[in-house]
Amino acid sequence: MSAKTLYDKLWEDHLVRTDDDGTGLLYIDRHLVHEVTSPQAFEGLRMAGRKPWRVNAVIATPDHNVPTTNRASGISDPVAKVQVETLDRNCIEFGITEFGMNDTRQGVVHVVGPEQGLILPGMTVVCGDSHTSTHGALGALAFGIGTSEVEHVLATQCLIQKKSKSMRVSVDGELGVGVTAKDIVLAIIGEIGTAGGTGYVIEFAGDAIRALSMEGRMTVCNMTIEAGARAGIIAVDATTIEYVKGRPHAPTGETWDAALSSWQNLHTDDGAVFDREIHIDAASIAPQVTWGTSPEMVVSVLDRVPDPEREVDSTKAEGMRRALDYMGLKAGTPISEIPVDLVFIGSCTNGRIEDLRAAAKIAQGRKVAGSLTQALVVPGSGLVKAQAEQEGLDRIFIEAGFEWREPGCSMCLAMNADQLKPGQRCASTSNRNFEGRQGKDGRTHLVGPAMAAAAAIAGHFVDVRDL
Amino acid sequence: MEKFIKFSGIVAPLDRSNVDTDAIIPKQFLKSIKRSGFGPNLFDEWRYLDQGEPDQDCAGRPLNPAFVLNDNRYHKASILLTRANFGCGSSREHAPWALADYGFRVIIAPSFADIFFNNCFKNGILPIVLDSKTVDRLFGLAGRDQPLELTVDLDSQKLFTAAGDTIPFDVDPFRKHCLLQGLDDIGLTLQYSKEIRAFEDQRKVTAPWVF
Ligand code: SF4
Repeated sequence: MSAKTLYDKLWEDHLVRTDDDGTGLLYIDRHLVHEVTSPQAFEGLRMAGRKPWRVNAVIATPDHNVPTTNRASGISDPVAKVQVETLDRNCIEFGITEFGMNDTRQGVVHVVGPEQGLILPGMTVVCGDSHTSTHGALGALAFGIGTSEVEHVLATQCLIQKKSKSMRVSVDGELGVGVTAKDIVLAIIGEIGTAGGTGYVIEFAGDAIRALSMEGRMTVCNMTIEAGARAGIIAVDATTIEYVKGRPHAPTGETWDAALSSWQNLHTDDGAVFDREIHIDAASIAPQVTWGTSPEMVVSVLDRVPDPEREVDSTKAEGMRRALDYMGLKAGTPISEIPVDLVFIGSCTNGRIEDLRAAAKIAQGRKVAGSLTQALVVPGSGLVKAQAEQEGLDRIFIEAGFEWREPGCSMCLAMNADQLKPGQRCASTSNRNFEGRQGKDGRTHLVGPAMAAAAAIAGHFVDVRDL
Repeated sequence: MEKFIKFSGIVAPLDRSNVDTDAIIPKQFLKSIKRSGFGPNLFDEWRYLDQGEPDQDCAGRPLNPAFVLNDNRYHKASILLTRANFGCGSSREHAPWALADYGFRVIIAPSFADIFFNNCFKNGILPIVLDSKTVDRLFGLAGRDQPLELTVDLDSQKLFTAAGDTIPFDVDPFRKHCLLQGLDDIGLTLQYSKEIRAFEDQRKVTAPWVF
């Protein structure tokens, strides 16, 4: 038998059939659902008189639209309210388990899934959300899909898909002190570009990836989509098993033992060949800050805003000029001299307990700079929030001048009331710095949680390693 | 789904790379639970000078004269010509819904983001990948006083200009078949119900923790 990549194994394990032209029908083990991309899919099922194929594969929670303050009084935005209520109604009608807005298990769908043990190694996972790539951290094959595909998976438990090419990104060696998973993935995107992964499934490997916690691995896989890849995966090891063990939906007893022995195989065989291999030296990565309107527009905190005049590719240079204009920045400005108006800590990228701990460590005993308009901490889920409160992190944040909110997507995409005003500049632990992403004409700089907290304290970007 | 066989239309040149789905349809419009009606808010932040809100009548809003779709030459455009990595970002199918609702049936670019590319086919939009040189040439033609008109023939996989140019393109055979026939994927997949059921039964034995 020839050596296989982890992707080969996951793909073959779920292949129901293959067409002559190579199009595969993949069986889907887990389907996560949220309020924004599902209503039209449920409506489609209803119109065709179809039922979900296997309701216990599906778990739903509202996250994009939910308010992060004053939940008791409900949702004040009438359009958002209809959407969240539509999810509630669809889940009741079709018999789907939902962690509703006032359930402590509610949260950003990609935080909730792994936290509940709903995502297990070796699974195929889909969700009508591009950041479904997060779940690859558990050795699962996880794809973001569109609403038509949500309907397709609901109705058939399968996804039509062609096999992607394979890429391995090895982050070799050891990360420096104060450098995190977010910096790794931003550095990777800076290196290969936002379309660098298009057509590929990326496996992350190497000592620095192995050394990451499960939370850190989720941060890396989460932003695989920002590199354009279809999915990101990481082999199963002791860290994975330790994380999954004892979670509410994880197997127990004999089934656990059987699962463990099956999961041993979830790694790339020695000698397996990838279509593309990339090596990155972990020691060379410094804390990263994006300066533009695409995640690939990223430099280290020690750098300066780059100069479009030095870019040889004219389309790229034009994009840079446009980005600088939108961001209100001048080429050559040291990153550490860029002041911020707001700070957002949260999202499916960096809204887990470890992220909040890292930010709290910086915030402890310090104060948010007076020049800031707002500094928000939005836990990724109700359970992350509860855990953080148990550890006293909420007190640390509140004493430092941060606002401590209810869980949800919040300012990551600003569908609810948490938005930037035109021209405001935000240090954000989320994943996208597109024009208007956090509010019309708002300016987003992506950073890790400790860097965001440090920017809140200083009022501008600082190298967290100097604190 | 509407069949896609042969199509002619005017080309609107959107000269930007990395156009993301947040730009194609900003998030405030995603609160809708419908599939239709997104056209007036396509490229909302670039197209209008004010901030757009859901359920607003867009007829009286101030237009951004610098935006390509507000240029008189391209008012009737139904083919969008753009740059690399079009449709990157979120998986929102609202993006192809908005493009289709506006009237676009074809998008031409050197490359597309994966999920968006997929979503197009599900909504009767044909995304065509052409090499950068050809795209550059089309930008040149589309920017003239007389807008460029193209005919797209899916069956023969060719684009024709009025001047007699022919440009071949690639398309995945399965997707081509679905577009030509206007087929619904779900119906197709359900033809294999038995195989899916058999696979599932076996998986219940080999990986019972999944169920
Ligand atoms: S936190 Fe942001 S990126 Fe993640 S699912 Fe929510 S909106 Fe999407």
